[in-house]
Amino acid sequence: MNDTPTIGKTLKALLYLAPALLIIGTFNIYPIIKSFLMSFYTDYDYFKDIVNERGLSNYSYIFQDPEFWLSMKNTMIFVIGVVPISIILSLGIAVLLNQKIKFRGFFRTVYFIPFVTSVVAVSIVWRWIFHTQYGLLNHFLGFFGVSPIKWLSDPQMAMPALIILAVWKGLGYNIIIFLAGLQNINQQYYLAAKIDGASSWQRFKNITVPLLSSTTFFISIISIINSFKVFDEVFALFGGQPGPANSAQTVVYYIFNKFYGEWDFGVASAAAYALFIVIFILTLVQLYVGKRKVNY
Amino acid sequence: MEVQMKDVTMQFNNITAVDRMNVTIEDGELVSMLGPSGCGKSTTLFMLAGLYKPTAGEIFFGDRLVNKIEPEHREIGMVFQNYALYPHLSVLKNIMFPLKMRKVSKGEAEELAREMAKLVQIDHLLDRKPGQLSGGQQQRVAIARALVKKPKILLLDEPLSNLDARLRLEMREEIRRIQQEVKITTIFVTHDQEEAMSISDKILLMKDGKFQQFCPPQEMYDHPENEFVASFLGSPPINLFPASLMDNLKDVSISGTNDVITLSSPLKEGMDPARQVTLGIRPEDFYIETDEKKQGILGKTIMVERIGRDNLLNVEVQNKTVRAIVSPDLRIERGDVVKLGILPERAHLFAVHTGENLLDSKLR
Ligand SMILES: Nc1ncnc2c1ncn2[C@@H]1O[C@H](COP(=O)(O)OP(=O)(O)OP(=O)(O)O)[C@@H](O)[C@H]1O
Ligand SMILES: [Mg+2]
Repeated sequence: MNDTPTIGKTLKALLYLAPALLIIGTFNIYPIIKSFLMSFYTDYDYFKDIVNERGLSNYSYIFQDPEFWLSMKNTMIFVIGVVPISIILSLGIAVLLNQKIKFRGFFRTVYFIPFVTSVVAVSIVWRWIFHTQYGLLNHFLGFFGVSPIKWLSDPQMAMPALIILAVWKGLGYNIIIFLAGLQNINQQYYLAAKIDGASSWQRFKNITVPLLSSTTFFISIISIINSFKVFDEVFALFGGQPGPANSAQTVVYYIFNKFYGEWDFGVASAAAYALFIVIFILTLVQLYVGKRKVNY
Repeated sequence: MEVQMKDVTMQFNNITAVDRMNVTIEDGELVSMLGPSGCGKSTTLFMLAGLYKPTAGEIFFGDRLVNKIEPEHREIGMVFQNYALYPHLSVLKNIMFPLKMRKVSKGEAEELAREMAKLVQIDHLLDRKPGQLSGGQQQRVAIARALVKKPKILLLDEPLSNLDARLRLEMREEIRRIQQEVKITTIFVTHDQEEAMSISDKILLMKDGKFQQFCPPQEMYDHPENEFVASFLGSPPINLFPASLMDNLKDVSISGTNDVITLSSPLKEGMDPARQVTLGIRPEDFYIETDEKKQGILGKTIMVERIGRDNLLNVEVQNKTVRAIVSPDLRIERGDVVKLGILPERAHLFAVHTGENLLDSKLR
């Protein structure tokens, strides 16, 4: 199948690709370009679609807006809270689920359910779980003598509540990917390590973790990107509010608010591009670090 | 260390992979475990390693019962069929791994690993990853890793099966050399009989999970316990003739011919001699009988092949091809009728039903 491309073949391929390209172009590519351009509109009449002036003032606005920085800070805390916990927890569960246990299929399904359920529906349940007086979580913590925590109304606790929800939500997907990775590890290495005198913890540390590194790397990139884009969990958990006293306001919520709340398209676009740059740089750093760590 | 198996049995669901194995391997011996595919060699090895727990029977290392002891604590080294080198670790780190697990200090571990690498002659490859090594080099690394913790027993599961013919030859000498240098009890699984014959002190032959014979290679070749052992060893394989034992218990008449062979070895004592027997003669135990009056098996030559300093004859007897390796001094052409004489005490006689060797080997 190493034919050289010809004009005829290329046209034929384009014909097949056209429907998809059209949809992606209209709903993905065009908005990306448009919002990039929009981030430079400093004086814009959106009723008539007339741009009176272009410039960098949207960017200078967000960089001076304490609310933007708060959103950025909250997002960072969210990412730092969610990603490591989620990875460690899902790796642990995946290792357990990979063992020869009874009802393995059942457990795997149970852990995958959060991934296929809708965030909004799930958040309603979690609003109840987090309820200060009647919530399951406080009831449970009560057994350990912890006095009721105002998960959803205390600005100190809103972010932890959001992190708990996000970790739980992301678990299923990560577990499935980890399970696939675990099954790719040749069982012989574990036998060899047993013979070499490795205890089960040593086998986990010296065989599982390094041989799973490319999977872990993939999951960490995906979860960091996804966590930076967190929005629907915030929206649903706090009933459309960015948490008590903006304590759970994330960058995407900020963008949403500027766009639909204040109709300030230029600022919203600029914030979106700022977020994009942050994610882009972080991913580049990860790829760079990953290339040096993940290879064998 | 001495290894003893007492009635060791391994059952997988309804398959009996190893059936009541009773063998004692002495300290410092190199034993080859030989047998056709699926006969339970790997399973036996895995039980010795502790990776499988026998469903019945006892395994002793020295006088310690090890049935319940985990592989980590058995003081064994093992080389797997595909080596199972840790792909993310360098050669040096691979060899150091067992020492690291034992919390040997890093400096000491590295020194021991380098020493071991020198023994197996891979000390110039220490920084490479397993993926960058040839099969033979990987095998040496695997042997070094198995030996570095000074195990009491070394187990090798078909370590040479991935190598080309020349490298196999070289590596088996190498294994023998290393084994004799460190004087370690070694059990070596193979299904190549020539490999087993050439390097081992003793061969343990199995079939369908059952023990067949355990003795030095030459003895197994010369005095097989049964028809299976006789036909498993030797290339070209032993010739088998359906025959019947005459009333005097000394003469054997080959079915369908007028040829009678008089046995030069006595029958086993206390044996109820079945009259339906199989006569087994190895190709090299034939000679061309020129004396009209002497016994022999008559047949028509269908092929003459010169192999080295001998002639290999294919002779047709009763529509079956008999192979004979004879001296080329006597010119034989295709189509000649020859009489194949049998060297004294070289005939084997097996009962048809049990396959058991009927001749007394102790007196021979
Ligand atoms: N884990 C297992 N579960 C079920 N049956 C098994 C298992 N391992 C081996 N067996 C069966 O036990 C028998 C012996 O297998 P084993 O691997 O010991 O053979 P082997 O002599 O090593 O063969 P080979 O020369 O092909 O490696 C075979 O019939 C095999 O199918
Ligand atoms: Mg095997």
